[in-house]
Amino acid sequence: MSQLFEYAPAPESRSIVDVAPSYGLFVDGEFVDGSGEPMKTVNPATEEVLSEIAVGTEADVDRAVRAARRASTRVWGPMRPADRGKYLFRIARILQERAREFAVLESLDNGKPIRESRDVDVPLAAAHFFYHAGWADKLGYAGLGPDPRPHGVAGQVIPWNFPLLMLAWKVAPALATGNTVVLKPAETTPLSALLFAEVCRQADLPPGVVNIVTGAGDTGRAVVEHPDVDKVAFTGSTEVGRSIARAVAGTRKVLTLELGGKAANIVFDDAPIDQAVEGIVRGIFFNQGHVCCAGSRLLVQESVHDEVIASLQRRIGTLRVGDPLDKNTDIGAINSAEQLARIRELSDIGEAEGAHRWQPACELPDRGFWFPPTVFTDVSPAHRIARDEVFGPVLSVLTFRTPDEAVAKANNTTYGLSAGIWTEKGSRILAIADRLRAGVVWANTFNQFDPTSPFGGYKQSGYGREGGRHGLAAYLKESS
Amino acid sequence: MSDRLAVRKTYKLYVNGAFPRSESGRTYEVTDARGTFLANAAHASRKDARDAVVAARGAFGKWSRATAYNRGQVLYRVAEVMEGRHAQFCEEVAAGEGLSAGRARAAVDAAVDRWVWYAGWTDKLASVLGSANPVAGPFFDFSLPEPTGVVAVLAPQRSSLLGLVSVLAPVLAGGNTAVVVTSRERPLPAVTLGEVLATSDVPGGVVNLLTGDAGEIGPWLAEHDDVDAVDLTGAPAGRALELERLAAGSIKRVLRPPAEEPDWTADPGTGRMTRFLETKTVWHPKGV
Repeated sequence: MSQLFEYAPAPESRSIVDVAPSYGLFVDGEFVDGSGEPMKTVNPATEEVLSEIAVGTEADVDRAVRAARRASTRVWGPMRPADRGKYLFRIARILQERAREFAVLESLDNGKPIRESRDVDVPLAAAHFFYHAGWADKLGYAGLGPDPRPHGVAGQVIPWNFPLLMLAWKVAPALATGNTVVLKPAETTPLSALLFAEVCRQADLPPGVVNIVTGAGDTGRAVVEHPDVDKVAFTGSTEVGRSIARAVAGTRKVLTLELGGKAANIVFDDAPIDQAVEGIVRGIFFNQGHVCCAGSRLLVQESVHDEVIASLQRRIGTLRVGDPLDKNTDIGAINSAEQLARIRELSDIGEAEGAHRWQPACELPDRGFWFPPTVFTDVSPAHRIARDEVFGPVLSVLTFRTPDEAVAKANNTTYGLSAGIWTEKGSRILAIADRLRAGVVWANTFNQFDPTSPFGGYKQSGYGREGGRHGLAAYLKESS
Repeated sequence: MSDRLAVRKTYKLYVNGAFPRSESGRTYEVTDARGTFLANAAHASRKDARDAVVAARGAFGKWSRATAYNRGQVLYRVAEVMEGRHAQFCEEVAAGEGLSAGRARAAVDAAVDRWVWYAGWTDKLASVLGSANPVAGPFFDFSLPEPTGVVAVLAPQRSSLLGLVSVLAPVLAGGNTAVVVTSRERPLPAVTLGEVLATSDVPGGVVNLLTGDAGEIGPWLAEHDDVDAVDLTGAPAGRALELERLAAGSIKRVLRPPAEEPDWTADPGTGRMTRFLETKTVWHPKGV
């Protein structure tokens, strides 16, 4: 589909952020060298090297855990809960004050459009600190007994799709509940976590309360397997989640996992089609589809299939793919060459297995990692694109005739993180929501997040919740 | 003592609402605490465990979607029928655990009362554990507890009835279905509990009781892809690590075993129920 008109470029200036040529690890309140071979982090939209990042070895992780333990027993644990809360309020405020800087940095390092980093990632990250700040001196009211206690040192490993937001989801509840943390950001997106270290310093957070150890899989493993870590929290792939569950087996470590998904987005024939189409687009193309709860399986009632697909294709034709720092951009770059290869591979398999691939006419930049928004129709539940998590802007469309069939198909997955329902009928929403085996159900909306609202999966999408009163439970020992 | 020759009971498995022998044809000898022969119990096999999982999965839809009020009624009915079998339970508990008549009676009383306690939880879980979430936007957003699914329970080895009830009832109250491996040495009260369940409105398949060896069947349940959670309370000494690793393969929820078998008379709290509940959050826009 040809564009009706072109927008003039509206690039956000990157001058607001200083990216240092190299970064160390943030341990015990100081930036220190890592013992591993440093790695480079690149801008996925241009393949430009942004900075050189230290890599933490087992010895570095050990130093970080010891710092976290010291801070836990000497400072953060004994501190008045109201004061812990005030530190979190400070962090929330600094995140807001430096929001634009964080948004630009996040888009540079991750490839996500500035529209989303500016309007979603950074404000939500600040909101998570605000929300949890207020819990710090009210934990006795959380329904976990009158005097719930922190575990101690939390080891946290987060993914590359929402680098700052996932940090906030992990760090804010951990600190609010009195734990100290050793956080390992993803290897391709470490920069916003390192800028967050600056925020901790500006907030005068006591040294050792937050430690950030950059690196790849080996560094993450060292964090998870360190014997003095009391609580492990991981967000990422189900495959890695499995290995972490094995690694902590038989230990005293408490584990929460936020893993993959293959969400069904169910459109009934009475749904308002235009709104549903917006929801489908938001469900699968938000953050390039790099969302564990993405609505990657569209289940459309047969009678409206053609209408929905036509409308969807028309809408996708208006999406702008390109420079993440351009405020007009809807879809940015794929985060890494590796992820791009996986998306291509699964899409090729989709075609080879007989599904029909559709992509809008769209020019992609010459450099960087790009994949156009893609819709597969004629998908059967047995196809791999209907079963495997693609983690990219690829939508699989299936059909159904009856509500029972919709529920059966929606639940026909090993995952159970999220689901969507589109219908005008309130009673149908409630009945279908009851029967969907998923931790979050969005009715007539999709991909909404809020710190007061628990998020997490059923089945192989993981266990534990983040956000809300339920999220606190993962970081506290019940007192009774 | 009369001269009447006693009619001895044949103890069988309880799977899918029926009382099969083990498909393996195996039995094992159950003795009282002094070593005197009591009965031959069915020795459940891997195939029995798999059949039990199929039954538990089949029963999950109906049990999990029953109203909380209805589930509470059904569970209370179990307590009523247990009370009717009080004397039989006392005899079996006394023989198996080597308790005096008085202490056996206390254990059975506690088991019945424990069951009543959980029966009363079914319609309170959502109020206590659910929430309306004040999100920053025009949405109605609420969270409710839902059962995890099929739970494999390795029942306590020492406390043959109170321990069993203390691990089984919380699983059921939340709406899960269960496959239970009973105490190996003291399985008889569990078999009788099966007979209670069969005659007290609990749909077939909701509870499946396997007498046998948790060390033998446990691994199959722990790695079974259609089991959602595993309670390792009665895991044989030294085997919990292996079982937890197997459970990781399908991201099962795992309740680790305590260092030693706890005092089952203590206040159970809500931990055993919440362990086998998920939280579902539903968002809906608000507008006119």
